[in-house]
Amino acid sequence: MGVAHGMGHSVKRKEDARFLRGRGNYIDDIKLPGMLWLDIVRSPLAHAKIVNINKEKALATPGVAAVITGADLVPYKLEWMPTLMSDRQMVLPVDTVMYYAQEVAAVIATSRYAAADGVAAVEVDYEPLEPVLDPKKALLPDSPVIRFDREEKSNRIWHWEAGDRQGTDAAFKGSDVVVAEDIYIPRIHVASIETCGCVASWDPMEGHLTLYMTTQAPHAIRTVVALVTGHLGLHEHKIRVVSPDIGGGFGGKVPVYPGYVLAVAASVLTGKPVKWIEDRSENLQADSFARDYHIHAELAAQKDGKLNALRMGVVADHGAFDSAANPSKFPAGLFSICTGSYDIKTAFTEVDGVYTNKPPGGIAYRCSFRVTEAVHAVERMMDVLAQKLKMDPADLRALNFIRPEQFPYKSAFGWEYDSGNYQGALDKAKQIIGYDDLRKEQAEKRARGELMGIGLSTFTEIVGAGPSHTFDILGIKMFDSAEIRVHPTGRVIARFGTKSQGQGHETTYAQIIAQELGIPEEHIAVEEGDTDTAPYGLGTYASRSTPTAGAAGAMAARKIREKARKIAAHLLEANEADLEWETGKFFVKGVPSRSKTIQEIAFAAYTNHPQGMEAGLEAVDYYDPPNLTFPFGAYICVVDIDRGTGEVKIHRFVAVDDCGNIINPMIVDGQIHGGLTMGMAPALLEEIVYDENGVNLTGTFMDYLLPTAMETPKWELDKTTTPSPHHPFGAKGVGESATVGAPPAIANAVVDALSHLGVTNMDIPLTPQKVWAVLKEKGAAL
Amino acid sequence: MIPAEFQYATPPTIPEAIALLQAHQDAKILSGGQSLIPALKLRLATPPLLVDISRIAGLTTLSEAGGWLHIGALVREADLEESPLVRSRYPLLHDTSHVVADPLVRNLATIAGNLAHADPANDHPATMLAYRAEVVATGPSGARVIAVDSFFTGLFATALAHDEILTEVRVPAPMAGSGGAYLKLERKVGDFATAGVAAQLNLDAAGRVQQIGIGLTNVGPMAIRARRSEDVLRGQSPSDALIAQAAALAQEDCDPTADLRGSADYKRNMVRILTMRALHKALERARA
Repeated sequence: MGVAHGMGHSVKRKEDARFLRGRGNYIDDIKLPGMLWLDIVRSPLAHAKIVNINKEKALATPGVAAVITGADLVPYKLEWMPTLMSDRQMVLPVDTVMYYAQEVAAVIATSRYAAADGVAAVEVDYEPLEPVLDPKKALLPDSPVIRFDREEKSNRIWHWEAGDRQGTDAAFKGSDVVVAEDIYIPRIHVASIETCGCVASWDPMEGHLTLYMTTQAPHAIRTVVALVTGHLGLHEHKIRVVSPDIGGGFGGKVPVYPGYVLAVAASVLTGKPVKWIEDRSENLQADSFARDYHIHAELAAQKDGKLNALRMGVVADHGAFDSAANPSKFPAGLFSICTGSYDIKTAFTEVDGVYTNKPPGGIAYRCSFRVTEAVHAVERMMDVLAQKLKMDPADLRALNFIRPEQFPYKSAFGWEYDSGNYQGALDKAKQIIGYDDLRKEQAEKRARGELMGIGLSTFTEIVGAGPSHTFDILGIKMFDSAEIRVHPTGRVIARFGTKSQGQGHETTYAQIIAQELGIPEEHIAVEEGDTDTAPYGLGTYASRSTPTAGAAGAMAARKIREKARKIAAHLLEANEADLEWETGKFFVKGVPSRSKTIQEIAFAAYTNHPQGMEAGLEAVDYYDPPNLTFPFGAYICVVDIDRGTGEVKIHRFVAVDDCGNIINPMIVDGQIHGGLTMGMAPALLEEIVYDENGVNLTGTFMDYLLPTAMETPKWELDKTTTPSPHHPFGAKGVGESATVGAPPAIANAVVDALSHLGVTNMDIPLTPQKVWAVLKEKGAAL
Repeated sequence: MIPAEFQYATPPTIPEAIALLQAHQDAKILSGGQSLIPALKLRLATPPLLVDISRIAGLTTLSEAGGWLHIGALVREADLEESPLVRSRYPLLHDTSHVVADPLVRNLATIAGNLAHADPANDHPATMLAYRAEVVATGPSGARVIAVDSFFTGLFATALAHDEILTEVRVPAPMAGSGGAYLKLERKVGDFATAGVAAQLNLDAAGRVQQIGIGLTNVGPMAIRARRSEDVLRGQSPSDALIAQAAALAQEDCDPTADLRGSADYKRNMVRILTMRALHKALERARA
């Protein structure tokens, strides 16, 4: 008999046995008999009319079976597909390409090599059109309107606002101090190590489609596929979506890309399985981007530093189609969390979504729906205000934190924060890093002409979407699910509506069940990702797995425990009310020797269950969270800047995180290590850059700069624990905290290093050339 | 990321390799493949034939003889990086090999390929200019020696004829009081240089600079020898002021273009900063 390691145990990850040995089963490992390959012709221009597509040479290429163009899709009404944001997106253009690297035609061939040769042989004549690249200019009346298919002749997709406009205006007028900055959060890409791809397998006899696919949300995808193809007779019960092992998602594997639809169409066309796997450049150039927010941020305060009001206006570049992946009622995601950890009574924000001739997106980058943008803006502005007031940024934060006794706290934008102790986390971070001594060291270095900066980020997240009264995707409420089956020998299969992409669900979900039922986690097999077997769920993103599906696992386990109590009472010939539960067994109150283990009860559930009771020991739970969860943290970053080269070196980084009760501390530490590195990436390195024609200049890892271990400093981690009061076991979710919290800590440190030169804001990424340009302008470069 | 179709040959001897090159005007030599294979995968290069020289015997020499360090055409960056001889006697070469791309690349990439490819962003050209190295080109009529100063002729262009193979690199053995250093500014590990500076010098008994070479990476259509900077220091006791003057001349004599790594102004200034730092480090090593 094993031991049940429930909450709080650093159990080694079950999935690592296969991952570390190279035995994972990823999408490109799937090979079906007779399988064909699909490759994609992409546009070399950002905006152009298609004059002609000549397939002849491609069709004459050995191994090429078919070439599909937009015109070929028109009879099937497949040239457009709906997006999650109630917009539509081209599968293939019929006559106009909208962005560089857009899909223009698909080549299907007997090998990956033949497909690539076929792509090289397709001849496309383009007539260039003026690209619209600057979202602010796109909103001007004289801008060309790029979405010819819409009735509304404007590049504005939508205007969204939240909060109290007039009250905020009045609060600004009545304040002693106002600070304002333009903050650009650049376009970046999640760049997961595994690119996107699928194997579509159409069975013409059964009229059944199996779609193996790199998706974070298999059930939602199945519904979307059914909606797109229903008119062709392909319905949801005839579609099976299987999401195998996934090599990183981070939000980039939530949307449906044209390649998926093309693979399905090609399989239906040829009657054979069709595989489509992106290469790295396709992934970087055409798949959904993140961020690209032009923020004008303002804070109003009294002269003692007490905050009065916050106002933020955003121009959001969404590219050619609005294919963001937000809850449907939130076109700008959860940006209205931008009052952060602070007690700000009055606030207003407005966001304009804009079309440009760039790839569509606006997805997360390991964050919960635009939370990173909100946190970056408010954390940056707190430092701007501190600088203006000549206050220490830690003191300004302390003055304005929402205090522990204020929870549950209703923010100016209407969010109800569940729990928090922001000052506690900041005090711990300051103590670990030796904050006061660092400030002295900084002053000494400054006197010697050296540049050192200290940056804080005391962020709050908003994760675990979400309560059904507010959160849905295309009408489907954002619950999540678990189904637990305890078999006669006490072994368990548990299935969830989410899908791990590296988070370690096979381990942590088993630990949740181990905690609730006292069954050893190694006796519990966790399965996800197959729509034929797993209960319906909305998937894994926005740090929602533990708050929703994890909660469903606990609730389903508790249903099982209640049935187990009845069976135990039957076996022990005792009254249910006289039984007590101790991890793994029921015993008669006061007589511990009279007990039945959960394994004995499981066996009885199939062999000796009470008259009138259904056999078996199973339960399903669809968990509708009563609220979101609000993990938080206090990060302090210390940087040194090379006055010769402009290079920023992270000298120390202390991260104190609070994600409520922890299931597996080792996995949480891993999440934070990875998250901090992925937070450092856009702060210092990553940015998608286009030239004046809209051509992507960062289409390989030569120029899209992913950090390696060499760029990564030593992260110093600690934690505080403030359980969520509404979650079944007090957890909050942690996968994205560090990615959200790290960038402003680094940016604040760099600006802090230069603040005595009069620098108040710098946009990320803080590259050597950008920092050097500021040093030169301020006369501080060597 | 799938190359166009090509033929592939593995000649066992140099004459057979040369014969293949003569027979196929568009053939390319494949050695470590760390520049050529990415170009093939991106279809930036579509040669009909690859002549793989990696099975030719006798090209892996790495030893000192007759006042030279002889480096065979198949010596990998990792060989240089790990060689005690290189580490102890050729610190500039060791510095350079250590910052070429990343360890996976260095396990395959060759110094000869790094030179023959003549990418201005490659690190060894500047280092070999600083060393006053020579290369041996072997063609149909035998071997000839080319001084590195006349080897690079332009962007991706060298003095090699199509039917010649760069079979050896020769670096002068260090004189007494020698020191050298390579400094490379890169956006992240494995990147090509935003700018790089190679400095090699020796000091006479009186502490004056006797010989000096300074090479600049990725700040022009090919690696640049900073002659005026060398002239300022040659025969002089190297003061901070003279080093700063040499660095300022290097800043003037480079010819960078703007790209994602930075503006031309930034790169010129980085040449100045790196020249100063490389000279200080080389002097420190020369005095050690």
